Amino acid sequence: MKRFLLAATAVATVSFAATSAFAGPTLDAVKKRGEVICGVHTGLAGFSAPDEKGNWKGIDVDVCRAVAAAVFGDDKKVKFVPLSAQQRLTALQSGEVDILSRNTTWTLTRDTANGLNFTTPNYYDGQGFLVTKKLGVKSAKELNGATVCVQTGTTTEQNLADYFRANNMKLNAVTIEKLEEVNAAYVAGRCDAYTSDASQLASIRANDVPNPDDHIILPEIISKEPLAPSVRHGDDQWFDIVKWTQYAMISGEEYGVTSANVDDVAKTATDPNVKRLLGVTPGMGAALGLDEKWGYNIIKQVGNYAETFEANVGPKTPLKLERGLNAQWNKGGLMYAPPVR
Amino acid sequence: MTEPKKGRSGASFLNDVRVRGIIAQIVVLGLFVGLIGYLVSNTIHNLEVRQIATGLGFLSREAGFDVSESVIPYSPADTFGRVILVGLLNTLKVAVFGVLIATVLGTVVGVSRLSSNWLVARLATVYVEGLRNIPLLLQLFFWYALITVSLPNPRQAHKLAEGWFLSNRGFKFPWPVWEHGHTLGAIGLLVAVAAIYLLGRRASRVQAETGRRPNVLIPGLAALIGLPTIGWLLGGAPTAFDVPALTGFNFSGGALVSPEFAALLLGLSLYTSSFIAEIVRGGIIAVPWGQTEAAVALGLRRGMVVRLILLPQALRVVIPPLTSQYLNLVKNSSLAVAIGYPDLVGTANTTINQTGQAVEGVAIIMLAYLTVSLTISGFMNWYNGYISLRGGR
Repeated sequence: MKRFLLAATAVATVSFAATSAFAGPTLDAVKKRGEVICGVHTGLAGFSAPDEKGNWKGIDVDVCRAVAAAVFGDDKKVKFVPLSAQQRLTALQSGEVDILSRNTTWTLTRDTANGLNFTTPNYYDGQGFLVTKKLGVKSAKELNGATVCVQTGTTTEQNLADYFRANNMKLNAVTIEKLEEVNAAYVAGRCDAYTSDASQLASIRANDVPNPDDHIILPEIISKEPLAPSVRHGDDQWFDIVKWTQYAMISGEEYGVTSANVDDVAKTATDPNVKRLLGVTPGMGAALGLDEKWGYNIIKQVGNYAETFEANVGPKTPLKLERGLNAQWNKGGLMYAPPVR
Repeated sequence: MTEPKKGRSGASFLNDVRVRGIIAQIVVLGLFVGLIGYLVSNTIHNLEVRQIATGLGFLSREAGFDVSESVIPYSPADTFGRVILVGLLNTLKVAVFGVLIATVLGTVVGVSRLSSNWLVARLATVYVEGLRNIPLLLQLFFWYALITVSLPNPRQAHKLAEGWFLSNRGFKFPWPVWEHGHTLGAIGLLVAVAAIYLLGRRASRVQAETGRRPNVLIPGLAALIGLPTIGWLLGGAPTAFDVPALTGFNFSGGALVSPEFAALLLGLSLYTSSFIAEIVRGGIIAVPWGQTEAAVALGLRRGMVVRLILLPQALRVVIPPLTSQYLNLVKNSSLAVAIGYPDLVGTANTTINQTGQAVEGVAIIMLAYLTVSLTISGFMNWYNGYISLRGGR
């Protein structure tokens, strides 16, 4: 009996002691693994969705590719993990993914109590309403008593309730888990209106309703939705790498460096800002713990912010979104990269 | 078989089968406790490392999101705790109706499968094999799509009668405005039910003493109808009804059966009834035919044969698997979130997402389901014991 107790105590001690095994910088883990694991949307055209060949495309996807380009010099070294709105925070918290780049709104609670660190928004969005033209509604203020379809597990649910309360309107919210089912319910006429981020509504209107011209997005934008990638608390180096990867893309646009001209610019550049960004003048890569060509690789392989915007969500895509808030700071937008120096 | 004798010829006590059995059990138990302890401490440690908030404080914070239907009054200004309660009550609502409908349907279909009528028996077979072999989630999607797509929007709603509307927003019907008279009527109904129970017991006693069963049907019906009516009349005979009317986008007033609730209830009860039908059929077959013959030979009428001979014996076979089906129905109701019915899982999931406290949220969900399931189990086990054979009679 005594022998057993000793053994049991030993087992218990080992079990409890093993808890400290977790931790260690993300960058080392990523390098050892040989790929970045990136949490993305299960399928939202323009942001993250697989194309007909099965390659992931979208501005959220491009952030992940850019991080892989910065770390490995190869934008293909990414494993994409599609996550539902409900899974996403837990997947990042539990270490299942290294980056969450899945049109996630930056809020105080998520930034603090949920243990996330948001890098910088890659799309400034706002919540709107999609309705059928038949309904004869011109403004969201006329939606008193309306039934509104909304996806569960998003900040959208709370914004919706807040807006109706603030305007003393009666709300009937039908909350459904999967995006496809919300779309189906809206198309079937279960709801008068569909609420989500305006960019997402544009994507749904373009791709998921039978006749896009029968539907309009109401002019009111009822919330601020800065969509930003995020990483876990407790690894500042990894936080810096993802953040500055995005800034490199934004700076690239500001200085006119594109994937097409980056080789020429690298040879001929005289602007010290550009030289530091592309690693012609060394130092920046070392500061991040990366190769000096990190910035060059990002722009060469993925492109600058304008390129990814135009290719995925811009006016020439089915989403037809204008730059608006997402223009550079010196063109009336909010995209502002701190100096690379 | 020769058992090894203890303490003989220097053999270690470890060779004793009983001692080894005890040691094995203690080791397994120790490993189990160690594993649970490891998981708990590891979780707490990792939550701390990642600076994720813990504790149940979030339950008293404002929820700030709407739910489409609720048994108790709810607004987005209420707390997360209340919205989880709203979800739990919605789960219980669909479970109670689901269990009742599934039991009735299942019994009818199960008996029908044994019918000597060829068509009835075959139809019952098609019903059972069709419903129990299609995944429940698909059935739910089917019913939900059928309801939302096939019914018109509120402005073109089917008007069944004045104030009775059927549209893709659900089934709207008039509902009495609750007044004092209704409360008294409800009390009358409770008194009537109690009176019928007592009448039935008295009838059995009289039958045992005199061999004649006094008629309880007439006084029972009289109590059932009369007492609530008297209560209602005493309360001033209120007749005001809240009648639905089309205002703006939708109907206001009256009571509502939402498409989500209807689809979930339909899916759950039909699916479960197909299993219950088989259980009932098995239960009836399990009673030997000789029992019926003997009862008939004793001169019992058909109804009495079923009530006194067949049913009590069949129930003993039926109750344990029936309990499992009730538990399945309750747990399957968590598929509600797929079609937008705000059940416990749906509201708790939103809460988890808004607060980020997944561990606490999931623990609450599990605890709630465990409590509901154990309550059902406990009741059914008690009922099973109540109807089972008792020795010494």
